[in-house]
Amino acid sequence: MIETERLTRCYGSLTAVDALSIRVEPGQVLGLLGPNGAGKSTAMRMVAGFLAPTSGTARVCGYDVIREPLKAKRALGYLPEGAPSYGELTVREFLLFIVRVRGLKSDVAFRRFDDVVQRLQLEEVLGLCIDTLSKGLRRRVGLAQAILHDPPVLMLDEPTDGLDPNQKHAVRQLIDMMARDRTILISTHLLEEVHALCNRVVIIARGKLQADATPAELEQRSRYHGAVSFSAPGSGMSQEMLGRLPQVAAIEVDPLDGRITVFPKAGERILDAVETLLREQGLEVSEIQLERGRLDEVFRQITTSDAITAATPQESRA
Amino acid sequence: MTAVGAVMRRELRSYFVTPVAYVFLVIFLVLAGILTFYAGDFYERGQADLQPFFEMHPWLYLILVPAITMRMWAEETKGGTLELLLTLPLTLWQAMLGKFLAAWLFIGLALVLTLPIWITVNYLGAPDNGVILAGYLGSWMMAGTFIAIGACLSALTRSQVVAFILTALVCVLLILAGQQQVLDFFQGTLPRKVINGVAHLSMLRHFEAIARGVLDLRDLLYFALSMIGWLIAGVLLLDLKRTR
Repeated sequence: MIETERLTRCYGSLTAVDALSIRVEPGQVLGLLGPNGAGKSTAMRMVAGFLAPTSGTARVCGYDVIREPLKAKRALGYLPEGAPSYGELTVREFLLFIVRVRGLKSDVAFRRFDDVVQRLQLEEVLGLCIDTLSKGLRRRVGLAQAILHDPPVLMLDEPTDGLDPNQKHAVRQLIDMMARDRTILISTHLLEEVHALCNRVVIIARGKLQADATPAELEQRSRYHGAVSFSAPGSGMSQEMLGRLPQVAAIEVDPLDGRITVFPKAGERILDAVETLLREQGLEVSEIQLERGRLDEVFRQITTSDAITAATPQESRA
Repeated sequence: MTAVGAVMRRELRSYFVTPVAYVFLVIFLVLAGILTFYAGDFYERGQADLQPFFEMHPWLYLILVPAITMRMWAEETKGGTLELLLTLPLTLWQAMLGKFLAAWLFIGLALVLTLPIWITVNYLGAPDNGVILAGYLGSWMMAGTFIAIGACLSALTRSQVVAFILTALVCVLLILAGQQQVLDFFQGTLPRKVINGVAHLSMLRHFEAIARGVLDLRDLLYFALSMIGWLIAGVLLLDLKRTR
């Protein structure tokens, strides 16, 4: 379990994290989302015990990170941003260093070591210098380091940043596999990752909590939630007809590809009505889609409406 | 203690997989040899002891120890591994101690590798081996103090160059503090008590006392307390970094 209690961190006059209170339970995979500089990494660094909070505190498995830092750190597996490691060591040396610092008993350590190396497919590179590895492999070494002691709480700062799609998939599978009985907190700015991994999303901007919901709930906040979009050549007529449907609130046409999106009135379902109408009109529809809602739009809406109140012109324009 | 040992092993490993260790050892041994035999008039003195050998050590350490210690924390800060290290379950003290011990053991190894010079002097004459042993002990204690200073100042900055220069500067001040010329310079301006105090801070004075074979507890204490003091300062600096 991870709890933060009005966790605050200031750098001079800048408040990077502002009274952040979150609670993550076992079994949850919480995605910490926010624009760059929102305070994601700073918040994680405080929970991991690298930075001291200016005020407030955090607990890992019930251990206060200020009063019982060693116990908190023992319960935590942490992948810092960029997965730093000692590049001059080989993968084996580096992982053995972690085993020793964590003081794992040798019989347990060997089993864990083999298990982790196998899970992250590091067998072939064990004897190689970390400096010579590709970015993806280095990320995997960082992940191995974080899960070596089988921690009940896992905190990963941008775990798939810079990986190719296959590697991303592998890392997500690994996290998924570990998710069952653990508490996992990952930070990311990839919205697809939220879909793939998280059962809960917290969005922060300017150090403040802006939203705390499931990915599905967030999608429902989107203007696009329940909208129907389709491509059909020569559909000028039908647009007018669609507009007359009682459930329809608005219609938009993409100026680039001519794709038409029909927005429902609040709480209405329009897929059937739209389909029926199109069939009656005898229009050839190449493809029709019911939109779940767009996370990127919700993300922008949440993080930039905040920016507007804080008066930053370039962000509100975007 | 396992955490201290782990940090120490890792640090030593890093010395030896990078050229740092070999470059250091070769330069240390070559310079120690050259300085002893040429600048120190090892043969011409006609005495069977290692006095000229040990006299060169403070100056060797002045250049070489900062080169070892400059990377100690500065590199970790810059490379981001500091975040990794400090989120592992170990205290700042354990991390500092592990790094310090690694460097201290390493200098110890360099000293052990100078044993041929001890064998030479035993072959040529009949030196007082007790004095020589004391010389080695004093030299190692002095190296420890240099390392502690370097460890502290390396925690101050993320630039290795700055760490090197600051360490060398502090060390040269501590070496020179007891020199007669320096004390004479302040003779008129500072009260006698202050000058005496400065003289007692001098590393050279305590080292020479030990190297002469006089094992005074006060001299040993001077080095021990210096090491502890600088290491505490280093840990406090690291802790300050977490809050700033």
